[in-house]
Amino acid sequence: MDLSIFTYPFMQNALLSAFLGGIACSIIGVFVVLLHMPFIGVCMSHAAFAGALLGLWLGFNPMIGAFIFSLGAAAVVGPLADRGELNPETSVGVIFSLMLGLAFLFMGLMSGPKSAALELLWGSILTNTRSDIVVLGVVAVVVVGVIFIFYKEIQATVFQRDMARAVGIPATLMLYSILLLMGATITASFSSIGGLLIFSLILNPAAAAYQLTYSMKKMFILSAVFGVLSGWTGLLISYLFNVPSGATIVITSSVIFMLAVISSPKRKVKRWQKKPLGEEAP
Amino acid sequence: MASVNNLNGYSIDIDNAVVSYREDIALRGVSLKVKHGEFIGIVGPNGAGKTTLLTIINGMGKLLHGRVVVLGHQLTPGNGHSLRKKVGYVPQAQSIDPRMPMNVREVAMIGRYGRLGLFRKPAAHDWKIVDTALELVGMTHLARRPIGHLSGGEQQRVAIARCLAQEPELFLLDEPTASLDWRAKTDIMELVKRIHDLRGLTTLFVTHDLSALPIACDRVVLMKDGLIWGEGSPGALLTDEKLGQLYDLPVAEVEKRRREAALV
Repeated sequence: MDLSIFTYPFMQNALLSAFLGGIACSIIGVFVVLLHMPFIGVCMSHAAFAGALLGLWLGFNPMIGAFIFSLGAAAVVGPLADRGELNPETSVGVIFSLMLGLAFLFMGLMSGPKSAALELLWGSILTNTRSDIVVLGVVAVVVVGVIFIFYKEIQATVFQRDMARAVGIPATLMLYSILLLMGATITASFSSIGGLLIFSLILNPAAAAYQLTYSMKKMFILSAVFGVLSGWTGLLISYLFNVPSGATIVITSSVIFMLAVISSPKRKVKRWQKKPLGEEAP
Repeated sequence: MASVNNLNGYSIDIDNAVVSYREDIALRGVSLKVKHGEFIGIVGPNGAGKTTLLTIINGMGKLLHGRVVVLGHQLTPGNGHSLRKKVGYVPQAQSIDPRMPMNVREVAMIGRYGRLGLFRKPAAHDWKIVDTALELVGMTHLARRPIGHLSGGEQQRVAIARCLAQEPELFLLDEPTASLDWRAKTDIMELVKRIHDLRGLTTLFVTHDLSALPIACDRVVLMKDGLIWGEGSPGALLTDEKLGQLYDLPVAEVEKRRREAALV
């Protein structure tokens, strides 16, 4: 197998993007899984796609449009979820379909070739520049830094928000900070992975890690490992079979999730519970 | 937070509190004083305003009208945050995902987080407090079990340990025995009373279920339709006649249900 391709700068940029994007997306995914709010992430990622297309159509930076739209979706869905008034089947369905409708409307209104819009749809990690990597790097560092600094507040908030509030933790502020980070991560990553696929890279590594450990710290680490592994393996498959990288990255993350489900110790809860006391995992 | 210097021996002083949720009025001018170290049972049917009463005491509820002074501080909109660190709150048993990646010891430690504040990590001293709390509620042997693997009664013991780790001055329990079986229910009631005595706390125990009311309450408050309907000693208030009026049941029916509850 000729792997000399990995010595080229564009491929090294892609590997670095996959590393940074994989870490940021998969760590954000841990929040999505533990807060039981996958629908918010879906809404935000599709809103980012619509916002980016609006930017392309009107001629301003698509990333700004993506960030504003994803935060707008979070501002609508977040308070409903926080108050426990969210009905995923209705509110999210309406926002999700609205965002897709807007995205295709903006695409239809664009004059000339649609190649830039299609790149946003499917992702183009191989064309990432140094500035894309800097943005991804900043987001990844902020996401990891927030985990380190506010780990205990995050842990309490994702466990039970009402209980966190009851002990004096600003759980609502934490929730909205998480949504803000999610918006930033989606915005920084989706041009690499693709507007329709980015949410899979957020959800799948974290969902896989959730199957494998009873420790939240290990879940963050495993999720980041799976995110990077998905990115790099997906890139390799994309190169070997000459297929779109965004798709192979997402399919790889889905395969990792399926393997995690099959090998999950959590499927054997009853047997575990019958062990004599004191034999539980540390 | 506004400070009220003269407590006159009261931990809680509520004056004419009114709370509403959209169109529904949950509290319609409730006034209540609770002395330091008192153990109060709050009894009433569903929708009486019992939980709302607890939420205005721990600063999580929004007052429409009236005044609430807790531990010498008058609560105003938005200032309950720091007070909550001194108030232990045990809600109803909640469903916890069996796959939740947290163990019993970590959940109990959450009680320390508010007191620790931002940017400070738990130290050995905090873990010692948590371990002592778990020992007190009889959960040391399950300390490293995933929280989602415990029974409802065990999870409520952990919730109580979390409150104790908080080192509260006030202990609020909102139907802590709801959905538990008789054995778990009586165990929790005995535990709460023992902790109240041991730690010298001021305790408010809310229930709609008379069989879940600790016998040793100093005082009982009856609530109905967002109002305090009566208060006094358990012996004077928990009569068949009064309970019949409180729950809109004929006296004979109350007697029958009491006998059934005693036999369970």
